[in-house]
Amino acid sequence: MSGVGTGTGELEALLGRRWRKPAFIKRPALRWALALGFVVYLIAAVLTIPVDWARVYDGLDRGMAFIGAFAHPDFVSRGSDIGEGLLESIVITVAASVVGIAISIPIGLGAARNIAPLPVYLLCRAIIAISRALQEIIVAILLVAIFGFGPLAGFLTLSFATIGFLSKLLAEDIEAMDRVQAEAVRATGARWSQWINYGVQPQVIPRLVGLSMYRVDINFRESAILGLVGAGGIGATLNTAFDRYEYDTAAAILILIIGIVMGLEYLSGLIRTRVQ
Amino acid sequence: MPVLTENDTRIWRRRTTGKSLVLWFGWLLGLAAFVVCWQRISGATTWFFVQDAPRIAGDIWTRATPPRWEYLSQLGKPIWDTLNIATLGTLIALVLAVPVAFLAARNTTPSKLIVRPIALLIIVSTRSINSLIWALLLIAIIGPGVFAGVIAIAIRSVGFCAKLIYEAIEEIEHAQVEAITATGASRWQVMAYGIVPQILPAFAGVAVFRWDINIRESTVLGLVGAGGIGLQLSASLNTLAWPQVSLILLVILFAVVISEWVSAKVRGAII
Repeated sequence: MSGVGTGTGELEALLGRRWRKPAFIKRPALRWALALGFVVYLIAAVLTIPVDWARVYDGLDRGMAFIGAFAHPDFVSRGSDIGEGLLESIVITVAASVVGIAISIPIGLGAARNIAPLPVYLLCRAIIAISRALQEIIVAILLVAIFGFGPLAGFLTLSFATIGFLSKLLAEDIEAMDRVQAEAVRATGARWSQWINYGVQPQVIPRLVGLSMYRVDINFRESAILGLVGAGGIGATLNTAFDRYEYDTAAAILILIIGIVMGLEYLSGLIRTRVQ
Repeated sequence: MPVLTENDTRIWRRRTTGKSLVLWFGWLLGLAAFVVCWQRISGATTWFFVQDAPRIAGDIWTRATPPRWEYLSQLGKPIWDTLNIATLGTLIALVLAVPVAFLAARNTTPSKLIVRPIALLIIVSTRSINSLIWALLLIAIIGPGVFAGVIAIAIRSVGFCAKLIYEAIEEIEHAQVEAITATGASRWQVMAYGIVPQILPAFAGVAVFRWDINIRESTVLGLVGAGGIGLQLSASLNTLAWPQVSLILLVILFAVVISEWVSAKVRGAII
């Protein structure tokens, strides 16, 4: 073993010592500093949160009542409100997803550095950054202020949010695509549109379909809260139900939302396996 | 590969006639669905207000600029609260998510028939409902305040974290687990030395990723009364104090950018 000088030295040093699990963060100083800082922060954070334990204790009964409400949800007594709200949520989801996906495809193409010129790239990246940085609910508040109450504000909000989400992921996918195929199509003398259509599109379509389905799912979930600020959908009904302590109605709405989301997830799984 | 013969020349086409018809019909159906949806939205809209929208937007813009910078001094405590809601919420969520993830992963669950479906149900139901709705519910139960926000964020994050962690557990390399088992290790020792080291990087990544999302979500929880900077936003909106609104929006934007930067840095260091 004389050939591996340093190796033997290390081994000699380790011999006779108990083996210990290697730490996740290698540098001891950084590890201890992080741990200490974290503990100090945690103490400071917990101390500054006012908790009214008496109020929490009082609320436990209501909490139990709400959990109990899931055992006997009331779909009937506010049936028409729930139906209308859910339908509006679905309508907003479908319309916003269609428009959002349609707009995010050109923006996604523009935001991919390997197929777009620099000015277009910067413009599209700026649009994506703005859309991603602004929360849905904040956009909804502003749009309600501008366009008035109703589903139009919700539709615009979700379309805008879809653009940021989908274009970014689509652009990343295009940037990571296989250049050889695209170049082969270009070498046949294809026009730009043919190049995109036959060289780029087949490579990114499976992921685009998967992401679009995922976004439909997110849009439905988000549409459930738009109603809180007056942008249409089931949220308004849900908010009223909570305000009036009608837990069985609230439980019914939540069960419906969970059911629809599960259904959408199942559907998107089916579509994704078919496309790939 | 469909090839068409037309006037004795062979033309390549991408799809067969049947396939293009099906595709065309699918597009038609989709378009019809969209038109129906659009008509409903349009029917519920007061178009008079929409025509007026550019003027209103300009009006809001002139009212909101410049932001009222002096108000910044009052935002210290709300920002601290927002940070706490996100961080403590993420911590509680991680503590709850780990056992759920181990129960939900196919290779570690004690029973595929009973326990796994329950764990999956917990994951789906907490994930499907937005944190604002959880906050509404918790405010009705335990009263408004930061505490309700922390719990709302925690509940909302459990499903997300558990889903990503259990996927990581299912993807672990089996050979390492077997090697530890072969030394005669107990079930817990296998867990600690065979499984945990393999999922630790994924776990840390999920934690930071979710923390970043939670910072965004906790900035708006105050709109329903669950503490944080959203409370100030809601109060300023209600009093139509637009210069304060624009300042708060700038602060939120800044916080989001910072948290995304931190999360990207940490994840870059881990992976």
